[in-house]
Amino acid sequence: VKLTIGFTQVQQILRERFCERRLPDRLEGVEAQYKHLLELLRRTAIHGESNSVLIVGPRGAGKTTLLQCVLRDLQKEEKVQKNLLQVHLNGLLQTDDRIALKEITRQLHLENVVGDKVFGSFAENLAFLLEALKKGNRSSSCPVLFVLDEFDLFAHHKNQTLLYNLFDVSQSAQAPIAVVGVTCRLDVLELLEKRVKSRFSHRQIHLLSSLNFTQYLERVWTQLSLPDSFPDKKFAQEWNAGVKTLCEDKSVEEVLQRHFNSSKDFRSLHMLLMLCLSRVSVAKPTIKPADLLEASRMCFADTTANMLHGLSILELCLVIAMKHLNDVYEGEPFNLQMVHNEFKKFLHRKSNSMYNFEQPVVMKAFEHLQQLELIRPVDGSSAKVQREYQLMRLTLDHSQIMEALQKYPQCPTDIKQWAMSAFG
Amino acid sequence: MTALLQHPGYDEERLKGVAEKLPCREVQAGMLLSLMGQLSHATVSCVECVSIALLFEQVLLSFFGCDAASLLPRSPSLSDFVRVYRQQCSQSPAKQTRYIVMEKAELLRDTDASLLSALLRLQELVEDNVTVILLSEIAWDKFRPNTGCFEPLLLHFPDYSKSELQQILSQNVHPSYSAGFYSAYINILLGVFYSVCRDLRELRHLAALNFSKFCEPLAEGKVKETDTHKLWKHIEPHLKKAMQTVYLREVSSLQWEQMQQMEEEEAGALRGLSAHTHVELPYYSKFLLIAAYLASYNPARTDKRFFLKHHGKIRKTNFLKKNEKTSNHLLGPKPFPLDRLLAIFYSVVDSRVAPTASIFSQISSLVTLQLLAQVSHDDQLDAPKYKCAVSLDFICAIARTVNFDIVKYLYDFL
Repeated sequence: VKLTIGFTQVQQILRERFCERRLPDRLEGVEAQYKHLLELLRRTAIHGESNSVLIVGPRGAGKTTLLQCVLRDLQKEEKVQKNLLQVHLNGLLQTDDRIALKEITRQLHLENVVGDKVFGSFAENLAFLLEALKKGNRSSSCPVLFVLDEFDLFAHHKNQTLLYNLFDVSQSAQAPIAVVGVTCRLDVLELLEKRVKSRFSHRQIHLLSSLNFTQYLERVWTQLSLPDSFPDKKFAQEWNAGVKTLCEDKSVEEVLQRHFNSSKDFRSLHMLLMLCLSRVSVAKPTIKPADLLEASRMCFADTTANMLHGLSILELCLVIAMKHLNDVYEGEPFNLQMVHNEFKKFLHRKSNSMYNFEQPVVMKAFEHLQQLELIRPVDGSSAKVQREYQLMRLTLDHSQIMEALQKYPQCPTDIKQWAMSAFG
Repeated sequence: MTALLQHPGYDEERLKGVAEKLPCREVQAGMLLSLMGQLSHATVSCVECVSIALLFEQVLLSFFGCDAASLLPRSPSLSDFVRVYRQQCSQSPAKQTRYIVMEKAELLRDTDASLLSALLRLQELVEDNVTVILLSEIAWDKFRPNTGCFEPLLLHFPDYSKSELQQILSQNVHPSYSAGFYSAYINILLGVFYSVCRDLRELRHLAALNFSKFCEPLAEGKVKETDTHKLWKHIEPHLKKAMQTVYLREVSSLQWEQMQQMEEEEAGALRGLSAHTHVELPYYSKFLLIAAYLASYNPARTDKRFFLKHHGKIRKTNFLKKNEKTSNHLLGPKPFPLDRLLAIFYSVVDSRVAPTASIFSQISSLVTLQLLAQVSHDDQLDAPKYKCAVSLDFICAIARTVNFDIVKYLYDFL
């Protein structure tokens, strides 16, 4: 029973970590960025300085985690907790400036204050909101933190009105606001209009991982280990020892090297470890190297190859016929008639008529390939073209097809030979 | 068999029942169970949700009841959905993970670009313990948005092998027949259809439709259960016919069943959907159609050779014969002007015909019947262009009814 309890707790802690349900207590590898951001936001929250900054880094690098940790630690100061107002916007949700403004009003709890007022411009509306935040006889309003997630999407709004106004307020210090943009686009500044860019402070915090492999291995170890605060000390000790042994295993190192080469960020690591963790059960309460290998295999599985494995023989023959057409006519688009013709040439050479299907049956197979998006119609084909003459392109390449043929279960030899022959 | 389906949260009996319903999928079911745990879920079919409002309503309804769904404004945006969800889950937070299952998820790509990205991040946006499960036939690579997204865990369901299909289909055995007998039937069915189609749903349907026919000789007492060869001989042509008709949806399943019950002599020719296009055309319309076919599939420069009395010889050189891609029958019909159609028409029709309005109206009728397609712009009234939209088999059948040897006049068959 004790084992089950301990085991359930382990699952909970690790899952919370891998599914990003819980902020880490301490951040690793981004100390400088953490300090920079914390100081910046402190100046706004406590001293009323206006600032703007962009947090830039590839997907899964830990930008949101960094911001959340800074905010959490900042809130520990009483003065911040009492004063700082926060508005969180997301480019995926607030898809135009009108919706954004409504959301800002809502998050500042100013819906009743605004009521039915109609404003002449965005700037007027925003100024009104900031004016309304002045409490009592203070000369300036409370500091407001604006967080813009998926910042690059806001740059696609008409005239970039929201960005222009927010940066304008932050630069002219009309009210103490901090604008923090979070984006995965490294070229985000190119997206900004000149007048918006000039009002931005050009302050960027980059989260570009410069980890080497040894540090990566250490990270794997820390991510899988249980913290000191774990209630069952003996269990935690045993578990952590098991994790250490795992990380020292040669085959595991090879697998992790492969993952490291493909991407170093937290998120892909978490996915690997999550798949690994799911193979652990009460009956088998430790992570073995085989688990990691299997999880890695799942991560790197080629989805297209898996789909080709499931095609019927007729569909496979059509794919091979298309490959031959691509070879001979150098990638020009084809239609069903041409593909069927090519297939018929192959059948003609073979004496058996096992695959001699009628045109409508071949058409159905062709349509199934289209449904799976293995072939795609060429742009600009009108609805007036008959189905069998509609031009298509193959979305697979030569090597994918050949590889699939090798793995295809019980592939007839003559079909394999046809595929490998040079000219149709 | 059920070794992989173990989970502390569920008792043995339930797991056994589930395993029976999902034969050959123990590995995947085990994987899902180990990843997920307890299941409180909302199922959304993306085919049904033609507007995203329906999607939002469905989710809110399943998790929080109809009061929550009614809080959504008229045409809700994603922002509204997230706001209402957050409100609701602060009142009733999730004790266990909530799951949203979306079928035919590939249709999400056609909606607003941010919808898919937002759904993948839903947990972060609503700050609730919710997981989104996307079901699709299409590879994930074709889903990924341009600037990337929160990558989901990919769980691949491999195709069923032939033996697995045999196993699954054999489960639907009729109680009055032995398992071995039904198994033999499935084996024969797979023998005919497996190389063409591996979709379990289609095969299951075909198996159900044709079983009564398979049992016919048994019922008539001509054959014993173990006479596999005789049974095969009886059913094989029937299955081949099924492939050309009910498999292609040329006839409905109901028509097929009715046909099976009729005596062989009465059954006769089963009129498929394509047969209905063989509408009985008037005499001149047939020649107009023939002329249109010739105009579409013969290059204009060869008209002289076919339709003039004193023509020069056009022989196809060996080079042209080898370079098949120029075969018009592979490229499709070409558009032709009305004048050319009439010129060819007058030369193929055997009697003297005057260009009356009835001839022109017959051309319009052919367009309405979709045997001809009009390709010119609507404002070009004096020079309309057409294309012939029928197949070679069709036009040969028409030509036969008027004793016209069309193949002699086709450039591709020189």
